[in-house]
Amino acid sequence: MSDPLSVNYDTQIPNNVDLSSDRRVLRALEKWHPGYLNWWNQLIPEKFQKSNVYLRTAIGVDPQGWAKFDYVRMPEYRWGVLLAPQVEDRRIPCGEHAGEPAWQEVPGEYRSMLQRLVVIQGDTEPASVEQQKHLGLTAPSLYDLRNLFQVNVEEGRHLWAMVYLLHKYFGKNGREEADDLLRRSSGSEEAPRMLGAFNEATPDWLSFFMFTYFTDRDGKMQLESLAQSGFDPLSRTCRFMITEEAHHMFVGETGVGRTIQATCEAMVKAGITDPYDINAIRDLGVIDLPTIQKKANLHYSLSLDLFGSEVSTNAANAFNAGIKGRFMEAKIDDDHKLQGDQYTVRRFTKDGIVEESVPALSAINLRLRDDYVKDASGGVKRWNHMIKKTGVEFEMTLPHEGFHRQIGEFKAASITPEGDIISSEEWEARKNDWLPTTADGDFVKSLMVPVTEPGKYASWIAPPRMGIDNKPGDFEYVQLHMA
Amino acid sequence: MAELIKQHLIDPEICIRCYTCEEACPIDAITHNDDNVVVDASKCDYCMACISPCPTGSIDNWRVVKTAYSLEEQFSWMDLPEQEELSDGGDGAGATIEALDDAVHALLAEAHQGAGGRSLAPASASKASVNLFSPGKPVEATVQGSYRLTTEESDSEVRHIILDLGSTVFPVLEGQSVGINPPGIDSNGKPFVPRLYSISSPRDGERPNTNNLSLTVKREEQGVCSNYVCDLQKGDKVQLSGPFGSTFLMPNDRDAKLIMVCTGTGSAPFRAFTIRRQRTSPDISNSLMLFFGARTPQSLPYFGPLNKMPQEFLATHFAFSRIADLPRVYVQDRLRQAGDELAPMLLDASTYIYVCGLKAMEVGVEQAFEDIARGAGLNWQEIKNTMRESGRYHVETY
Repeated sequence: MSDPLSVNYDTQIPNNVDLSSDRRVLRALEKWHPGYLNWWNQLIPEKFQKSNVYLRTAIGVDPQGWAKFDYVRMPEYRWGVLLAPQVEDRRIPCGEHAGEPAWQEVPGEYRSMLQRLVVIQGDTEPASVEQQKHLGLTAPSLYDLRNLFQVNVEEGRHLWAMVYLLHKYFGKNGREEADDLLRRSSGSEEAPRMLGAFNEATPDWLSFFMFTYFTDRDGKMQLESLAQSGFDPLSRTCRFMITEEAHHMFVGETGVGRTIQATCEAMVKAGITDPYDINAIRDLGVIDLPTIQKKANLHYSLSLDLFGSEVSTNAANAFNAGIKGRFMEAKIDDDHKLQGDQYTVRRFTKDGIVEESVPALSAINLRLRDDYVKDASGGVKRWNHMIKKTGVEFEMTLPHEGFHRQIGEFKAASITPEGDIISSEEWEARKNDWLPTTADGDFVKSLMVPVTEPGKYASWIAPPRMGIDNKPGDFEYVQLHMA
Repeated sequence: MAELIKQHLIDPEICIRCYTCEEACPIDAITHNDDNVVVDASKCDYCMACISPCPTGSIDNWRVVKTAYSLEEQFSWMDLPEQEELSDGGDGAGATIEALDDAVHALLAEAHQGAGGRSLAPASASKASVNLFSPGKPVEATVQGSYRLTTEESDSEVRHIILDLGSTVFPVLEGQSVGINPPGIDSNGKPFVPRLYSISSPRDGERPNTNNLSLTVKREEQGVCSNYVCDLQKGDKVQLSGPFGSTFLMPNDRDAKLIMVCTGTGSAPFRAFTIRRQRTSPDISNSLMLFFGARTPQSLPYFGPLNKMPQEFLATHFAFSRIADLPRVYVQDRLRQAGDELAPMLLDASTYIYVCGLKAMEVGVEQAFEDIARGAGLNWQEIKNTMRESGRYHVETY
């Protein structure tokens, strides 16, 4: 038995799950591997495949081992199967089986439910790489280029993590599902990715930052709740993925923050005090704050949709079965069963938005979304602090939960960012004030010029406060391959 | 004088509240409210488990304080407070933390004294992990091999000892040291204080991606620890603490030029530096200089392999002080001989100087640099201060 904390590089697939003694799964993964490499190589431009990127690679899953930085060519990045160490005598944390020993094998009665959760999670990972495939060509700095690739390789590794579970625990069905993860493709007509937000293109870097801030944060919440799963291999897989996911949140929060900072600094320098003096601000080569707000409105509302319907029997079943918990389940002080409990849901009715108490079990999705909203507002507070420090008068906000929704209670409603219900005519007339227009997109795109000199940044984004791995400002995060 | 505390803090402006550190903390010393993630000073035992998982770098902040900041204070911060001025000395406000154990800290402080002021790591150096294993809570390593580096005829016995860390994660950087506690007790009935040895292998092991490290140890006749270490046989277990040291590190910079000056086992960190360069940037030439003194070629550790190095990659300048019928030559003499080459380097912001070996060498080396500087119309003390303050002048002597 190999040591579960260190990564085994003996086989083609680095892992800490003793793959070499599991010939069946090893062979299945080795068979899947070429298709994966093929997918990766077709996605990322060749120039970048051949570049040396200063990446973080895990050499162990404990705190000291999993963040090793060095130059790597991306196709040689060691994607692998890494699970957090097994917790001795772990118990199912929630639902009707709460307190029973965690499952080490798939419980038969929940097989299809579990498989579906794994497949959905797995489908989002390659999707985001597909959505971001063009961004490398317009990176505002080598630092940002490196961060993009770090996000990409880790999403790739997360796909591996889900594929491992499918191969190991779900037999022939699982293998077919694993193949389909490479067959579906973001934005494809015939075989799109499973969730709507993952078929939208990521056209520019501000969208990328908004995506990593808002949409990857949904991913984090989902991982957090799967990390609470009574199915122990899923829990261990997700726990390790969360540590990597944090980097994605970081890229998003600081990316938006740096964009805002460049704007405010340029405004102050030019003596512009009105944040709505959009043309004058845009002439400075930065993105005006109202446009940044519109982008936030869009990505936030799309991300809220990812949580599904507020009231959902599927979610209730998954919680009750103990295969998906709540955010930080272990730290919640209740009986973890929710049998008689109630939860308040905001519903859209002909009388307006009304609060209604429903069985807490059925509102699991909303509960997670409410936690998400709280989590997402933290960064907004930081951005506002930064704006205030520069003296510019503007405040970023998160729109009302009913704003621009396609799924759940508010999908039929026209609601302003402030939460006022309006007619669909008024919505049509005013939506360009709240959501980015084609013209906004064209302007942002016009700023997307690549900057490849170490330590230099495009006009619209400020340098980071700290380097990755404590590197100095002019560190060459990507040694670009010159063809 | 009030006792000073090194308090671990998180920079709220950089932190993104991902709670990864909170998960990583083995003793639940980290907590959060809706605004900030904070460290409880009454619980944190500096185990460093939270440092490398942090995606932002916000975790790696330290303040030397008289009274620890409370959780409530930390919850209310939007920015990290500046280090307060502490007039009553202590170990220097905001000093780089090289080790958290007082004994080890004192040993390193003494070793670095020769630099003439507070040592700083090169700006581009990788961040060093320190104190992952304290002398009181060491890790067990296994002797993988022990080889005599000096010939049998030589009157000094220097050994190259490879320690295997098995599956323990023990991240080191070139230039760091480890502590060894010799077993047993001293004449006062107390356990021996740990001895520090510089690591002579690069961060990724004797061979790339091996989880081991090597030491270069000279047998001292009366030395409890050196005899213990030199007598170790393959398969023996050793109690290892560390890693220690966070300033005597190499820059991560292809343009950096390194002037390395050593005697005897002071060569250990430079072996690590050189191999690191060889592995990362074998194509760079004319940027490593080694001034190395010993009594004879037979007693100079790594003489054979060093002689095989291409001079363009590593320019070696050996000084031997006990060759029959030849005048005694010391490292300072070799430095002076290379004066024409060294003088312009002293003003180059990409030059780094490292001195490592016996305390006795300090004076001679210092005088040599003074002479070289004066010859070029420069002031060595000023240059040295500038270099030290920018993390480019390092002394480790014992």
